[in-house]
Amino acid sequence: MATPDYDLIIIGAGPAGMAAAVEAGQQGLRCALLDEQEEAGGQIYRAIGRTPLKDEHILGDDYYHGRDLLHAFEHAGTDYRPGTTVWGVEDDLSLDVSRQGRSQRLRTRRLLVATGAQERPVPFPGWTLPGVMTGGAAQILLKSSAMAPPGPIVLAGSGPLLLLVAAQLARAGVSVEALLDTTPRGNWRRAARHLAGALRNPRLLAKGLGLLWEIRRGAIPHLKGVDDLEALSRDGERMTHLRYRQGGHSQERECQTLLVHQGVVPNVQLTRALELAHDWDETQQCWRPRLDAWGETSRPGVFVAGDSGGIAGAQAAEEAGRLAALAIAEQLERIDASARDRLASPLRRRLAPQLAIRPFLDMLYQPARRFLVPEDDTIVCRCEEVTAGELRRIADAGCRGPNQAKAFCRAGMGPCQGRLCGLTVSQVIADQCSEPVDAVGYYHIRPPIKPLSLGELASLNEPDITTRN
Amino acid sequence: MPNASAFERLPCRPQVRVTVFVEGAPVEMQAHDSAAAAVLAAGLLPSRTTPAGDSPRAPYCLMGACFECLVEIDGAPNQQGCMIPVRDGMRIRRQYGARDMHGEGPHGDA
Repeated sequence: MATPDYDLIIIGAGPAGMAAAVEAGQQGLRCALLDEQEEAGGQIYRAIGRTPLKDEHILGDDYYHGRDLLHAFEHAGTDYRPGTTVWGVEDDLSLDVSRQGRSQRLRTRRLLVATGAQERPVPFPGWTLPGVMTGGAAQILLKSSAMAPPGPIVLAGSGPLLLLVAAQLARAGVSVEALLDTTPRGNWRRAARHLAGALRNPRLLAKGLGLLWEIRRGAIPHLKGVDDLEALSRDGERMTHLRYRQGGHSQERECQTLLVHQGVVPNVQLTRALELAHDWDETQQCWRPRLDAWGETSRPGVFVAGDSGGIAGAQAAEEAGRLAALAIAEQLERIDASARDRLASPLRRRLAPQLAIRPFLDMLYQPARRFLVPEDDTIVCRCEEVTAGELRRIADAGCRGPNQAKAFCRAGMGPCQGRLCGLTVSQVIADQCSEPVDAVGYYHIRPPIKPLSLGELASLNEPDITTRN
Repeated sequence: MPNASAFERLPCRPQVRVTVFVEGAPVEMQAHDSAAAAVLAAGLLPSRTTPAGDSPRAPYCLMGACFECLVEIDGAPNQQGCMIPVRDGMRIRRQYGARDMHGEGPHGDA
């Protein structure tokens, strides 16, 4: 077999990937970092090296912390390959990658997946209408382009990011008409049982309370217990208004931009394509790859760090990235096990409070059932326009899982390859069949993991650009 | 189809300016903006229709997951607008239908 090009290839330049690259560099590993974006930072530190916003108060200190990490990464000696898409992984960990329309195969001894999170798909009636975007999308526009959406702006959903986006828009002087909070009222009571863990992270708790205070001070109406959200259009072209229920009353409201959010979930596209073992996380209502204490997966030599291994936030991602790099350095005999454990101990100390607050946050912001298992007329698969009702019908007709659903109704067959419907399809079928989600399973993700032109595929065999072996 | 209100730019540090053409109309952008940002700056909502049901869509997640921002760029259909930086002179058009992600199949009359 050809000599590997690298000791370690990291996929994803967010906090987990950058921190892992820094640690790998310190341990003398030959390391490459591949990232789909043109700039390092991931989504959380998007455009951190050059954000155009003049007023740094808008995004806040936690965002600009990413500068320190980026600086360390830039001096780590990593072979950094931005704008690179990974579209295939072979059994021997060879990666098929594509940059600027040309493909290449890279070989590595160890692989670290640090592909982060994506926003949980938020199906509700009208969510495909132009004018509806995710809260994360609005934040990406703020970070990378200093752009704010047109008003009237309404935010709807649940979770810390929604509060943060509301506060950031307010700091930027952008008027937010209302924050429609869909958090189920019973969540507080269930979350309260985990308050002791939350108190181990007073800094994050204080940040959350600070955001609520900013929203109040910014005079953004914060409507609690909102249900039956619908985006509506008078012209059939784009959203013009909303309907929702609050306190037993149906309300309507003019709206040009609706920013929706129901928390974030691990981006499992690559870990699924690698056929790693995944478990259903009942509290976070999502899949997560099965990991050991160092982030190694069910497939020896393949590691996962950061939110793609389970949602724990940017600070935790940094520590997890470094832990994985240390374990890899030990496996490749750069350090011995006692050095690894000694170096890991301060990382684990910093990681502990980040993990301790999760059960509280996960219970507090667990989405309302309607967003997880939507009503019959709601579109679930945006690409192929498959509704929840159609999924229920095929489940009744004998469809027992998401892969069969593809054949029954094309759900998951569009360009997003199930990224926006996979969770919901599994949950709707499981619910309809009264089976656990674990038993229903998830889409098999097969290469190419990203849509690829035939030219890109063909260029893999051109001798001048194949791997240097 | 009248354009919706456009996204607005907040005060910025000095940036390199480029001009792109959205449905033929010039739009001033900054060098690191994405083509999807240009679509939003131009207020081009909807920016495409679906092949499955001809329904109107616009950029949704802006992080490369949803593929709702597919547009025609410099004549090539199915370009993922949020993943492609603007270039001076780039021509962005609405896309009608267009199923084939390899860019070789039939696409609409855009």
